[in-house]
Amino acid sequence: MVLVFTEINKNRIKKSSLECVQYAAKIAALTGGNVTALVNQASAEHLEELGKAGANTILNMNISDLGSDHILSCAAVEHAVKHSSAKVIVFAFDIAGKAIAPRLSARLKAGLVAGATELPAVNGAAFEVKKNVFSGKANAIYSIHSEMKIIALLPNSFPVVLSENKALVQEFQPDLSAVKSRITIKETKTNATGGMAPLPEADLVVSAGRGMKGPENWGMIEELATSLGATTACSRPVADLHWRPHHEHVGQTGVAIRPNLYIAVGISGAIQHLAGVNGSKTIVVINNDKEAPFFKSADYGIIGDAFTIVPKLTEAIKKFKAHQN
Amino acid sequence: MKILVAISNVPDTTTKIQFSDNNTKFNAAGVTFIINPYDEWYALVRALELKEANLAEKVTLIHVGLPDGDATIRKGLALGADDAVRIDSEGPDSFYVAEQIAAYAKEKGYELILTGKETINYNGSSVAGMIAGILDLPLISLATKLDVAGVKITAEHDIDGGSRVVECDLPAVVSCAKGMAEQRIPNMRGIMAARTKPLEVVKPIDSAPLTSIKSFDLNPGRTSCKLLGEDQLDELVKLLHTEAKVI
Ligand SMILES: Cc1cc2nc3c(=O)[nH]c(=O)nc-3n(C[C@H](O)[C@H](O)[C@H](O)COP(=O)(O)OP(=O)(O)OC[C@H]3O[C@@H](n4cnc5c(N)ncnc54)[C@H](O)[C@@H]3O)c2cc1C
Repeated sequence: MVLVFTEINKNRIKKSSLECVQYAAKIAALTGGNVTALVNQASAEHLEELGKAGANTILNMNISDLGSDHILSCAAVEHAVKHSSAKVIVFAFDIAGKAIAPRLSARLKAGLVAGATELPAVNGAAFEVKKNVFSGKANAIYSIHSEMKIIALLPNSFPVVLSENKALVQEFQPDLSAVKSRITIKETKTNATGGMAPLPEADLVVSAGRGMKGPENWGMIEELATSLGATTACSRPVADLHWRPHHEHVGQTGVAIRPNLYIAVGISGAIQHLAGVNGSKTIVVINNDKEAPFFKSADYGIIGDAFTIVPKLTEAIKKFKAHQN
Repeated sequence: MKILVAISNVPDTTTKIQFSDNNTKFNAAGVTFIINPYDEWYALVRALELKEANLAEKVTLIHVGLPDGDATIRKGLALGADDAVRIDSEGPDSFYVAEQIAAYAKEKGYELILTGKETINYNGSSVAGMIAGILDLPLISLATKLDVAGVKITAEHDIDGGSRVVECDLPAVVSCAKGMAEQRIPNMRGIMAARTKPLEVVKPIDSAPLTSIKSFDLNPGRTSCKLLGEDQLDELVKLLHTEAKVI
């Protein structure tokens, strides 16, 4: 039995959660058994989507303050593990997964692979799971020896194909009375991202660096992003200089992303920047220095001045989109 | 209030990674090791700031590793930590490392345990959460701000699409990310003082790792970049559609 922890954000099942359900369904196909998805306060639509992603059973909780402290979520998962007799538990390697999966791992003495990028190979009683190491420079095959196994799946590593599958839905009320939240929320702040997909989930990303000279020049970057329906990102110095908000900073110290398309404008391609973006499927680099290291890590490159190329690229994309419709 | 800062010994960010023994071991030959940047810049520096503001009495470094990590520990002492302990074990996996740190913290009564958000070699983001799980303590994960007031801490941490300001009682575990503090450079006095600061070596407690690494492989990276001219943007869009299939 495979249990998946899923989350709703902005009234949608998170994309990373759907990836986890599908990943769990593939594991269940390898090992035999079913997939149970755990979710809190899901609507009929959410439940339908989890089913289509591959859940056989959904445990739908109704706990209003579940998200206030990971201790509560972890306890709820533990109840669900017992309820579903799960031996494998799947999380997304995202903000919640990074907090809950290790706690659960320690409590259940269940080996954790944090940031898996592929399906496990089953080797006797052990699972062998690939994950990125050395900040994307290498991969390692981890072997999980414990009977209970936890995998936290790196977002955007596993494609989701929805089917017509329908899940059996059960109301699930784990008794959390013995667990006390010890965290008091004082304030919640929301990043101003307009209508863009959040960076870790974005399929298309337009990112710009110090080559843009100043924050006043970001209009053309935003227009390029809008033409594609992409999310904007930036290099570290750009965030440090407060040209762009910190949540846009990608790289080793910032957010690590792996979109389908990463367009880097006026970014040199320092190794610490690459560490956060080299998992992207396709990389396009626009830089006026033909020696910029980023060209060595790009699929497509244009050598030239961003200030003339970016608006022209936006036009080309608009033309392409108009043609497609 | 005493703070325990967990530090990892990692290859410098610019290291060219190589493996040995038929791709089963990291090849450390010729590699410069540093304190894991998040442990140093955020966790350790913030701990030192709290001590300087008289909000903590003592800052201790803890490292699970072999004697080759001592030079890295001394760097942390040079930055201003009061003392250090090395748990003498290779630290075969995150769970084993977390068990060592948890046991030491509990025995010695540390109220605040800080780690970086992840290590730059194994990128697991796991040790802080595991320590919290073992000791049944609250965890503030991916914190970008941290303040202490008596027995309470206030922190800001990332959530999906935003951030949250939270409060909790000590003892607690906090994993530290960018925003919490600024990198410091050790000065000569710090470096001299570090030589004589206590570095205790402790035997590990009994624990069994839950995972192991079977093999490594290098990411081949990209081998060839297709260069296009400024006047070929329609062509680029076409390639992104037909060749790369990403738009
Ligand atoms: C431990 C550590 C962690 C780090 N973490 C990160 C991280 O997470 N993310 C990150 O980004 N960096 C990180 N850095 C910093 C990193 O090393 C680089 O300094 C940084 O990525 C450089 O940002 P940049 O490319 O925007 O700026 P620069 O290096 O200044 O590059 C600007 C680029 O713009 C080009 N350019 C200039 N004008 C134009 C023009 N008109 N048209 C087109 N191109 C132009 C230039 O040729 C140049 O290549 C880290 C560093 C360390 C030591």
